[in-house]
Amino acid sequence: MNVKKRLLDGARMNRAIRRMAIEVVEKNRGISDLMIVGIRSRGVPIADRMVREIEQMEGQSVSSGILDITLYRDDLTLVAPQPVVKPSKLSEPIDDKIIVLVDDVLYTGRTVRAALDALIDFGRPRQVMLAVLIDRGHRELPIHADVIGKTVPTDAHEVIKVKLEETDGEDEVLIMEK
Amino acid sequence: MRTPSSALRSKDLLGIEPLTPEEITLILDTAEGFKEVSERPVKKVPALRGQLVINLFMEASTRTRVSFEIAEKRLSADTLNFAASGSAVEKGETLIDTADNLVAMHPNMIVIRHKHPGSPKMLADRYPNIAVINAGDGAHEHPTQALLDAFTIRERLGRLQGVHVTIVGDIKFSRVVRSNIHLLTKMGAHVTLAGPPTLMPAEIERMGVHVVNSLDEAIEGADVVMMLRIQLERQGKLSFPSLREYYNTFGLTRERLTRAKKGVLVMHPGPMNRGVEIASDVADDPTYSVILDQVTNGVAVRMAVLYLLGGAHGVE
Repeated sequence: MNVKKRLLDGARMNRAIRRMAIEVVEKNRGISDLMIVGIRSRGVPIADRMVREIEQMEGQSVSSGILDITLYRDDLTLVAPQPVVKPSKLSEPIDDKIIVLVDDVLYTGRTVRAALDALIDFGRPRQVMLAVLIDRGHRELPIHADVIGKTVPTDAHEVIKVKLEETDGEDEVLIMEK
Repeated sequence: MRTPSSALRSKDLLGIEPLTPEEITLILDTAEGFKEVSERPVKKVPALRGQLVINLFMEASTRTRVSFEIAEKRLSADTLNFAASGSAVEKGETLIDTADNLVAMHPNMIVIRHKHPGSPKMLADRYPNIAVINAGDGAHEHPTQALLDAFTIRERLGRLQGVHVTIVGDIKFSRVVRSNIHLLTKMGAHVTLAGPPTLMPAEIERMGVHVVNSLDEAIEGADVVMMLRIQLERQGKLSFPSLREYYNTFGLTRERLTRAKKGVLVMHPGPMNRGVEIASDVADDPTYSVILDQVTNGVAVRMAVLYLLGGAHGVE
């Protein structure tokens, strides 16, 4: 696969995540009842960074969590071998909370559909919002993001590669061609 | 999006013997992910939705059957429990005829317990599109029990490598011990066996274990003491003079346990014969006993096995 373009470098990624954090606080007029939940795997470090930004900004701690959506995928019976299952971790009950789901890329919307199903099995949140670093279009389900780091028009044959310090050793977003 | 992973090579789980250490680690790691599901308000995930699992129990079982059934339900599989009693088996139907009839109804997986060693393998060979899970075959293997034991040890001690595990009791008639020896030695644990000579198979040392004659010697320095049930139903007659003598020689008491390492874990696959292989106060003391943790973990481990075998390769 060839790298077609570098969409974000480390500094621009940090600015995008900081802006996403600010937008989340703005949209909710504060941080009461807010819970930032990262979708495994690359949503988790992005959620962690947003939590740090919000805590710095507001001087208060924010609850957070990790959601593993493997068992809720709609293609489980089609993929072999079975994808690796890891635990979900939510620091407190989600009932009546405002949940911000965080993922790296929003594409078909199927991951978010699975995440919504997974979330509902933990309780009944007051509201669920979606924050993504990259929205690349091509939705297959009626799902939209409330907070977006960067919107990128793509072709279906292109691949968006998000690299994060925590998982890949460096921060950057690339657009690649198959 | 598609997470690459190592996978189980076989479509079935017939025993621990054919598994590699990597496969064992995969099952235990996967079970960690499933443990959390049982702690949620909604204890169910849709992973095996629409799959039919038949629990074919031709021999008595409470814990294993219930544990498999709960695991299947928490994965949203449809389950059917088939017990030998009250079925056509009592009219003389053979295992193969029974299984052929059940398979004609298109199950995805069969969980089988049978008194004859090798019966799970026979079904696995006969039905190439069905995942067969051995839930205990005679005195051969009981793989999910060994996996849940290993999961419990790893959860408490953080590792299996280098752990000293003592297994005491009815070695000869126990499928649990055979699966456990395979698993623990593959994972680098040290296994010591103790029990009456009449219940100790000849040349068992060839499985890579250490055999001692006295319980005190076996407990010395152990991290884990696993007591086995005296299987009165498999023996015909007792292989030792009396149950009381067995208790005096091989029963685990609080006093004997002082020879083990600090923080020793006491395990038992159940059902327990209290006052025969284990003293009641030891079995019930939460400072040593992880016997009920084993039961809790059994569900997570069986969910992991069902999940890993229940995917695409199990269906098509």
